[in-house]
Amino acid sequence: MSKRVAIVGIGWAGFRSTTPEISYREMIFEAAAKCYEDAGGIHPQEIDAFVASSEDFMEGISIADEYVPDQLGAVLKPVQSITGDGLQGLAAAIMQIQTGQLDLVAASAYSKVSNLSSYERVAAYATDPAYIRPLQENPYFIAGLEMDRYLYETGTTRAQCAAVVVKNKYHALFNPIAAYGAKITTEDVLEGPPLSTPLGKLDCSGHLDGAVVVLLASEEKARRLNKKSVWIRGIGWATDTPNLDSRLAGWGSADYARLAGEKAYAMAGITAPRREIDFAEIDDTFSYKELQHLEALQFCARGEAGKLLEQGFFIAAGGCPVNVSGGSLGVGYLHEANGLHRLLEVVLQLRGEAGRRQLPGVKMGLAFAWRGIPTATGVAVVLSSEEG
Amino acid sequence: MRKVAIVGAGMTKFVRRALETPKELAFEAARTALDSCGMRLADIDCVAHGTAPDAFDGIHQNGEYLIDGCGGWQKPTMRVYVGGATGVQAVIHGWYHVASGQFDTCLVVCEEKMSSAMPHAQGFFLTIFVHTTERPLQPNLLWIFALEMNRYMQRYGYTKEDMALVAVNNKRNGLKHPASQFKEEVTVEDVLNSEVMAYPVSRLDVSPVSDGGAAVVLASERVARRVTDKPVWIEGVGWALDTAYWATRDLYYPRYLDRAARMER
Repeated sequence: MSKRVAIVGIGWAGFRSTTPEISYREMIFEAAAKCYEDAGGIHPQEIDAFVASSEDFMEGISIADEYVPDQLGAVLKPVQSITGDGLQGLAAAIMQIQTGQLDLVAASAYSKVSNLSSYERVAAYATDPAYIRPLQENPYFIAGLEMDRYLYETGTTRAQCAAVVVKNKYHALFNPIAAYGAKITTEDVLEGPPLSTPLGKLDCSGHLDGAVVVLLASEEKARRLNKKSVWIRGIGWATDTPNLDSRLAGWGSADYARLAGEKAYAMAGITAPRREIDFAEIDDTFSYKELQHLEALQFCARGEAGKLLEQGFFIAAGGCPVNVSGGSLGVGYLHEANGLHRLLEVVLQLRGEAGRRQLPGVKMGLAFAWRGIPTATGVAVVLSSEEG
Repeated sequence: MRKVAIVGAGMTKFVRRALETPKELAFEAARTALDSCGMRLADIDCVAHGTAPDAFDGIHQNGEYLIDGCGGWQKPTMRVYVGGATGVQAVIHGWYHVASGQFDTCLVVCEEKMSSAMPHAQGFFLTIFVHTTERPLQPNLLWIFALEMNRYMQRYGYTKEDMALVAVNNKRNGLKHPASQFKEEVTVEDVLNSEVMAYPVSRLDVSPVSDGGAAVVLASERVARRVTDKPVWIEGVGWALDTAYWATRDLYYPRYLDRAARMER
C-alpha cells in the first residue's frame, strides 16, 4: 500500500432494536463524541474531512447528506456522503488520506430503521423498476431463492446454516451491545416459522438502531495521537449487478465477496487467508450468507464451510473464530452501519478491549460487509495491530 | 501525491423527457467518454458515480441499480452524493481514487432523470426538509432561492435586471452547445416578464429540470501519457458543506464555497 493509514479512534451509540428516546442525529453525536474522546480528545475542528454513508429512502429524507455535518462537528468542513456500506465510506476516507492532502478523516454510518413502518416495501424499491418490481418480490423471497441455489450447488445443508445461527446468537451472549443473543438449538431454527423456504425466520438477522463513527489518520498523525492504533493493511470492494438474472457466477455464488477479498488480500500481501488471518467478522445477514462469504473469501473451498463449522472451526475457541461479536444474527442488522459494526469488533479485539469475548493473541483480523438484498456489493478490510 | 488527468469525456443530450431509462442514460454517457479516448471497459480499474436524490428516479439504492449502465459491473464502485453538487463531487471522488495510488484509471459517471417525477420534480424537494419543523410549511427549493436572491440583492444593491443578465448570458452560451436543452435566446425583458415563481425568482431565472448523463475518464500520469496527447490535469480539489440548519445562515454569502475554494491541495 502506498501510504499507511491507521484507525485512531472509534465510538458507537444505540445498538438496540428501537431507540424512541433519541433522534438519529443525537445518536450520531453520541458516537462521534465517544470516537473523538477515544482518539485522545480530538476536537472536531482538528479533523480534515468527513465521510458519511447513507441511503435516502432509509432515512425518509431526500439529499440526506445535507444532514450530516452538524452532529459530527463538521460544519463548513469537507463532507461527502457515500450511498453504500460504512466500509465503502471507510475506503473513501482511506483514499483521501493516501493522497497526502488530508491527515485526519472521520467516517460515520448509522441505522434508525425503527423509524420505518415497512423495511420490505423500501427494499422493494431497490429492484429494477421495469422488469423486477412489477413482480412484487419481497426481499426475503429473493434471499430464499439465493439460499436454495447455494444449498443445491454446494451440498450445504439447512442444518449447517442453522448451526450458524446457533453459533452467532451464542457468541452474542458475551457481547454487552448485542440485542439478539440467545441460547437456541439447531432444531429451534429448523422448526421455526418458514419465511421463504428454505429460508426460515430465524435464519434472518433482526433490525437494529445504532451509529458508529471511526477516525482515520495518516501514519505520521497516528504516531502522535494514539498508542493503540489499528492499521489498515488492505481494503477491497466490488459490485456485481443487482439483477439476479444477469449475474455471471449465477445465484449461488457471492462473486462480489471474492473480488473484494482478492483485492484486499493482494494489498495486505495475504496468500493463505485461513492461516494468516486470526479471526473474522463476516456478513451474516442471513445464515447461509456467512458460509457463502467464507468460501468466497477463500477461507475454504466451496461447500466446505458448513462442514468446518460443524467441526467447530469457526467458534470462538476454534481455529479461525468467525463473528465472535455475534454478527448480525446475534447483535442485529444495522443496514449501512453493518460494516462499521464489523470494524468496531475487529478494532476492539486487536486492541485487547473486547472484554469477556476477547480472543487471545490475535494480530490480524478481517471485516467483511455486504449491502443486502438485492445488491451485490461487498467490502473487505484487513486490519492488524501491527504496522506491517 | 500522484498527478491525475482527465483523458476522456462524454455526455448525452440534455432533454426534458428522455425515453431512455436512467441506466441507459448512464450507459450512453460512459460509452461516449470511453470512445473519446479509445479505451474499453477492460482498461477501467474502478467506477465512481453520482446521482441524487433517489426520489427522482424512484429507485432505492439507485447507485446499485445504475451499476450495469455505468460499466461498474464486477468492479470496485462507489456512488457519492452531495445534493446538487454531486456532478463535481463525483469527479473529486474519482480524483481521490487515482491520486491515492489505489487505481490507475477511474470512470466517473453521473446521471439524473428528473422527468420520472410526476407531475414535476419540484414536488420531491418537499422531502429534503426537516420533517418536524419545515416540512409542514410545504416549502420547495424555489422558496430558498427566493430568500437567498432577495437577501443577496438587498446586501449588494443588485436589481432584478442585473440578475436577469445571468440568464440571458448563459442561455445564449448554451445555444452553441450541441447537448443543450434550451435552444432559445432570451432578453432581459423576457426574463423580467416571465412568470413569478416565488418573488423575486421568475421562471427564466431558474434552470429547467432535465434528463441526462455525463462521464469522464480519469487516469494516472503514466496511463494518461499513453492514452492521449491532450490530457487535462486536475490541479486541485476543494469541497465543503455548511450546516443543515439553513435558516441560521446568512443567505447572501456562500461560506461553504469560500472554504472549498481555499482548500489546500
